[in-house]
Amino acid sequence: MLRIIKTGFFTTVQDLGRFGYRDKGVPVSGVMDSYAVTTINNLLENNREAAVLEITMTGPVLEFKEETYICLGGAQMSATVNEEQLLNNKVYHIKAGDKLSYGKLQRGLRAYLAIKGGFKSSKVLGSVSYYKSITTNSLVEKETVILYDKCSFFDAGKEVKESHLYLDEKVLKVYKGPEFNQLDDKQLEMLFFKSFTIAKENNRMAYQLNEKIKGHNVSMLTSATLPGTVQFTPSGKLIILMKDAQTTGGYPRILQLTEKAISILSQKKYGDKISFKLL
Amino acid sequence: MSRYSISIKAFGEHAVLIEWPEKVDELILDDILQFKKCLLENYLKTNSWEFVIAYNSLTIINRNEIIEYKSFSELINVWYVTKEEVQLKQKFLWKLPVCYDLGFGIDMLNVSSELKLSVSDIIKLHTQHIYTVYGIGFLPGFMYLGGLHKGLDIPRKETPRLKVMKGAVGLAGKQTGIYPQESPGGWNIIGNCPISIFDVKKESPCFVSVGDKIQFYEVSKAKYDLCKIEIEVGIYNIEKQLIDA
Repeated sequence: MLRIIKTGFFTTVQDLGRFGYRDKGVPVSGVMDSYAVTTINNLLENNREAAVLEITMTGPVLEFKEETYICLGGAQMSATVNEEQLLNNKVYHIKAGDKLSYGKLQRGLRAYLAIKGGFKSSKVLGSVSYYKSITTNSLVEKETVILYDKCSFFDAGKEVKESHLYLDEKVLKVYKGPEFNQLDDKQLEMLFFKSFTIAKENNRMAYQLNEKIKGHNVSMLTSATLPGTVQFTPSGKLIILMKDAQTTGGYPRILQLTEKAISILSQKKYGDKISFKLL
Repeated sequence: MSRYSISIKAFGEHAVLIEWPEKVDELILDDILQFKKCLLENYLKTNSWEFVIAYNSLTIINRNEIIEYKSFSELINVWYVTKEEVQLKQKFLWKLPVCYDLGFGIDMLNVSSELKLSVSDIIKLHTQHIYTVYGIGFLPGFMYLGGLHKGLDIPRKETPRLKVMKGAVGLAGKQTGIYPQESPGGWNIIGNCPISIFDVKKESPCFVSVGDKIQFYEVSKAKYDLCKIEIEVGIYNIEKQLIDA
């Protein structure tokens, strides 16, 4: 059992997402940075669907009640266990009673805590991933208790080096979106030869960008959207949909991020720069 | 059996978008539903495939595998031109109670003066039409309903509200709909429906499917409260009729 002694800014339980209900309007949800989570779940030899904690901006203080193994990933957030500094992407042995706390955010925005065997929150519609109107128990608050299975035998010390380099990556690789061909030369030039700044409006639903490109007056019927879809509003604003985004939308979908690009973007915060590169 | 000219587009590495002529048209919607059923039963059977229908489009998503676009789009074309007419899944007409009490219909008087219609005329126009569900999105269980009477076409509010109540029934442009949960929103609210369109506690959380039809009927505040209690204790049955395909 994991006890929350102090909460961070925003911590949720997440797996890879809630699939099979998009046709009823249910967002996919799941970890924002699947690259980070796949790396640390692999190190722990977990199932790829194993649930982790997603820790945004500032971290909580947590107490482990049973022996286990953990692996941290994603953003670097100065995590310590009993005063010992922990590295990302390395397996650590945890004894009953150990306390994990987070300090200053150094790089990235979202840190992940994976545990041997995964966290055992109850699934709603096939997934533990937090989404406000669907799950009630995946938001990590003070005195929340999260279950896991005790584990006494595993290899501590296993690590992956350099898998944090993507945190500094600024280029998002993209495919053409369904309405890409509606862009004119001027719009294309602005889209690919400029860099963009992450707006204040950035969260698990969407990242807005500060700089606009030349607008349009294309109207279309509502159609499906995906995590990683770049929507283009008539005023020229770009909105990049993320994991909790609505499943349909009425703005032209001009680009589609790769899964890795979604991971890169999910580590960006207000004021950071990005640019697009067409595959 | 009608055949449309369809266009296929890549949509990232895990999805493909198929578009029918850009029209809000029930025959097109039926053709899309037919094709989805055909794919589901014959070609794309595993549960890693998901299908999202909205108005004139069908998006096919594979959560696990990368779709090799060129060969897959060729297959889709072949599957579309060779598809046989299949028996569509049963469609239902759902009759949903709405209380148009001004306590719920917070924009009713404004709508009435804007559209130059009396409140009872608005209720009449809103309840006499049968709406088609052209898509579900925006929020879990939010239905895109087509078929609104022209007289009720009113622009969405200039400044959206930060909070619209669960069950709120609204008008915006050529659309009407129900907010399935509390949410920000810019529609003109004229009433409230006591039924939960989306309920995570149910095995099948949303009783409505794309292609179904919706009709509203007026209930008093007393009847609305009774509905709420009956839903709470689980004895309320939503009125429905089978539609002949």
